[in-house]
Amino acid sequence: MKNFILMIAGGLAVSMTAFSPGGANAAGMDDDIYWHVQADQAEYRIGDGADVLAWQGNAWIGNDDHRLAFKTEGENPIGKRLEKAEFQFLYRKPISDFFDVNAGIRHDLRPDPDRTYGVIGIQGLAKQFVETDANLFVSETGDVSARFEAEVDWLITQRLVLQPLVEVDLAFSEDRRIHSGAGINTVEAGLRLKYEIRREFAPYIGLHYERKFGATANFARDEGEDTDALRFVAGVSFWF
Amino acid sequence: MRRLMLAALAAILLAPATARAGTYDLTIGTAAINVAGKDQTAMTINGSIPGPVLRFKEGEDLVINVTNTLAEDTSIHWHGLILPYQQDGVPGISFPGIKPGETFTYRFPAQQAGTYWYHSHSGMQEAVGMYGALVIEPKAREPFRYDREHVIVLSDWHPDDSPHKILSNLKMSADYYNYQKRTLSTFVDDAGKMGLGAALADRMDWGDMRMLPSDIADVSGYVFLANGRNTEQNWTGLFKPGERVRLRFINAAAMTFFDVRIPGLKMTVVQADGNNVRPVPVDEFRIAVAETYDVIVRPTEDKAYAVLAESMARTGFARATLAPRMGMAGDIPANRPKQYLTMADMGMAHGDMAGMAGMDHGTMGQGATHTMPDGSTMAGTRHEGQGMTHAMPDGTTMKGESHAGHSMPAQPTHTMPDGATMAGMDHSAHGAPASGDKADPFYAPGSGLMPKAAEGGKFLSYADLKAIKPLYPDRPAAREIEVRLTGNMERYVWSINGVKYSDAEPIRLKFGERVRFKFVNETMMTHPMHLHGMWQILDNGSGKYNPAKHTISIAPGKTVEADIEADAEGEWAFHCHLMYHMATGMFRKVVVERETAEAVR
Repeated sequence: MKNFILMIAGGLAVSMTAFSPGGANAAGMDDDIYWHVQADQAEYRIGDGADVLAWQGNAWIGNDDHRLAFKTEGENPIGKRLEKAEFQFLYRKPISDFFDVNAGIRHDLRPDPDRTYGVIGIQGLAKQFVETDANLFVSETGDVSARFEAEVDWLITQRLVLQPLVEVDLAFSEDRRIHSGAGINTVEAGLRLKYEIRREFAPYIGLHYERKFGATANFARDEGEDTDALRFVAGVSFWF
Repeated sequence: MRRLMLAALAAILLAPATARAGTYDLTIGTAAINVAGKDQTAMTINGSIPGPVLRFKEGEDLVINVTNTLAEDTSIHWHGLILPYQQDGVPGISFPGIKPGETFTYRFPAQQAGTYWYHSHSGMQEAVGMYGALVIEPKAREPFRYDREHVIVLSDWHPDDSPHKILSNLKMSADYYNYQKRTLSTFVDDAGKMGLGAALADRMDWGDMRMLPSDIADVSGYVFLANGRNTEQNWTGLFKPGERVRLRFINAAAMTFFDVRIPGLKMTVVQADGNNVRPVPVDEFRIAVAETYDVIVRPTEDKAYAVLAESMARTGFARATLAPRMGMAGDIPANRPKQYLTMADMGMAHGDMAGMAGMDHGTMGQGATHTMPDGSTMAGTRHEGQGMTHAMPDGTTMKGESHAGHSMPAQPTHTMPDGATMAGMDHSAHGAPASGDKADPFYAPGSGLMPKAAEGGKFLSYADLKAIKPLYPDRPAAREIEVRLTGNMERYVWSINGVKYSDAEPIRLKFGERVRFKFVNETMMTHPMHLHGMWQILDNGSGKYNPAKHTISIAPGKTVEADIEADAEGEWAFHCHLMYHMATGMFRKVVVERETAEAVR
C-alpha cells in the first residue's frame, strides 16, 4: 500500500512539474494544460465464489500533444488478501485523429510476487464509437503479454446507457510464479447499465463474467479456484 | 492668473489640431447578475451586461479610456471597425493588453458608419459578459427612413460552468453538453419510417465517421439574453403604432447562432455588418455569432410584439418585446423540433446518398422532446417593476428627422391574427414549405441546417445581400488563399488548414493587393469567420455589389469565397468567432506588410 501511495504521489508530482501553465490571452490559449481523474468502475461483485471489490480508473494531465497518464485496476476479494492491483504510468501522444499511443511502465503489486513491465499500446475511438485499448507488456522476467479491451456506449435514453465491454489477456510465454500460462489467459465480458445523473457521476448495475483458459485455468484449479465466474455488479463511475 | 493665460493660450493653439471627439470612459470590473435564478458574477463594462451603447459620429475621433479594475489582464476589441492596428485591442497581436489597475486610451477616427460592437479579446471574458454595442451615425443621409431605433444585443450566459470549465469538459468528452443524441427510441422511430435496414445503415454511416448528427452547438445549457435580460425579464422597446422602428441586432453570444423573427411583422433588412444593403423584406433571418443586422419594422397595432431569437440548435429563445407601453409581453412559442445534420453537411452527399439527403432529419423525433419554456403564461405586469430597476443599456433614442424623398421598399405589414398565441403549434411539422421558401445556396443541398421561416415566408440568405454603395471598385483578386476550416471534434481541437494557431505561421498579405480567401468548411460545425481591420467582400454572385462583411459564416460542407483588399498595414487577428473554436486554435495572425526595396530586389 505504501508503494502504491508513493507511486501516485510521484506520478502527480512529475505530471505537475512537466508542464507550465498556458497564457491567458485569447490568442494564445490553444495550448493550455488540462487534467482529469476518472473512475470507470468502482464496483461490488456478487455471485460465483467470493464477493469482490473491483476498480478501474485513470487520470491524465497535459495539452493536446503531450499527456502524462496514470491507470490503475484491481480486485479485492472480500475477506481475502488483495488479489490483483496494477498501476501504469504512461506518456501519451496522438498518432491519428482518433488514436493515441501510450508508452511507459506498469507495476503490479499483486499477484505476488510483484512484477514490473514496460508498456507500449494504442488506445482510441474505433469506428462505430468503440473505445479500444490494446497494450503489449514486457515484464522484468522477459515475458511478453498483451491485453485488448473494447467497450461501447449504447444510448437507451440521453442518460440511460448500456455498456458492453470485453477484455482479453494473453501471454506469449509462461510466468509460473504469477500463475500466467502461455496463450489466452483470461477473457472478461461485462454488460453494465448506467444512469448518468450528471456526465461526471453515473451509478450502474450489470453483469461481469470472467473465464480463465489453458495453463492459467490449470493454475487456478490447482489452487482450488473456479475457472469461470459470473457475478452481478453494482457500482459507480465518476470523473472530475 | 499667469497659469490661466497659459492654459488659454494652449487651448487656442491646440484647438485646430483637435478633431471633434466622442469620449467615453469604460471601467472593466465584476458585477452580480441574475439571469438564471441566482446571483452570479459577471465581468462587466461599466457594471452592466451588455456594456453601454457607445455612440459616435462618422468623421469624429473615438476616444475611449478603458480602466481595468480586474485582477487579470483585459482588452477591448472594436468589432468591425477600420482602425490603426495598434488600436484593435487584441493582446499579443495589436498591443500587450491592459494590466490590472491600468487605463488604456484608445483613439482613432471613425471612418465608417453603422452598427458595430465591442468586446474583450482576453481570456474568455467575452463569454462572461464583456460586450456592448457601438453605433456610428453617418455623415450623409441613410437610404432608408425610420422614426425610432433600438439596439438589441443577443447573447448567451452559461449558468453552470465557467468558460474554462466548459473547455475542460469538452477536452475530456467532446459530447459532454450534447443531450440531444440519437437513442434507442429515435432508432425505433427511424426504423419505422425508413425501414430497419436504412436506419441501421444510417447509424453505421455516422458511426464510421465517429460523429454525431445532433452536434449543432458544442455547448448546451445556456440562458439566452436580449440586452442582458432573459425571457422573463423581457427587455422591452417602445414604439407608437405606425412608426418605423429600426432594430440594430448584434449577436454577441459566445457560441449561439440565433434565428430571429417577430411574429406578425415583416422585417426589412437594410444593413448587414454595418454596411447598407439593398432592402430585403424577410420573415426571419439567421444571425451568426458576431454578425450584425439592421432591420426596419412597422408595427401598426397597439399591442406587444415578441422579438424571438431562437437558438439554431432549437434549445431556447432570447426574447425581447416591442410594445406601445412598458409592462407588456409578446408570447413565447414552443421551440421548433431539433435539427439534425445530414450527410450533406458532412460533405458526403455523393450520388447514392441522394436518398439520405432527401430524408428529412429535421422532422425526426419531433413532438417527443421539445419543452415549453413556460412561455404563454408570462403576464407582463409581473415584471414591470423588475424591468425598471435595471439600467437600460440602450438609450432608446428617437429619430426626429424624416428623410422624405427616399422611398421605403414595399412593406406588406400583414398582421397575423392573434399570431402571438400560437404556442405549441408545430409549424415545421406541416411539411410543405411555404411559397417563396427555396433552398439557400449558402447551405449544402439537403443540409439539416437549411433555414426555413417558422411561420412560412421568406428567410434571409446571404445571396440576398447586395451592397448599395460598394466600398471598393470591383477588380479581380491577384491570388487565392485557401482557408480550410478544420478540426478534430473528438479531441476538441479546431484549426485552419489542419494547424492550430500556436503551431501556425501568419498569413502574409502584401499591402495594396486584393486576395481571395477560399473558405472550405471540412467540419460539421458552422464557423463565423471574422477578419480584423479589413472587410471581407463576400462573393454571393452580386459582382460589384457583393456585400462587405466583417464576419462570414460558413455552413458545414460549403465552400465560400470572399475578397480582401489588403489596405490596412499591420498585424491582425483572423478567427472563428465561436469562443471555444477560437480558444482551441481556429485562429490566425494576418500580417499586411509593404514590400520594402530589399524584399522586392
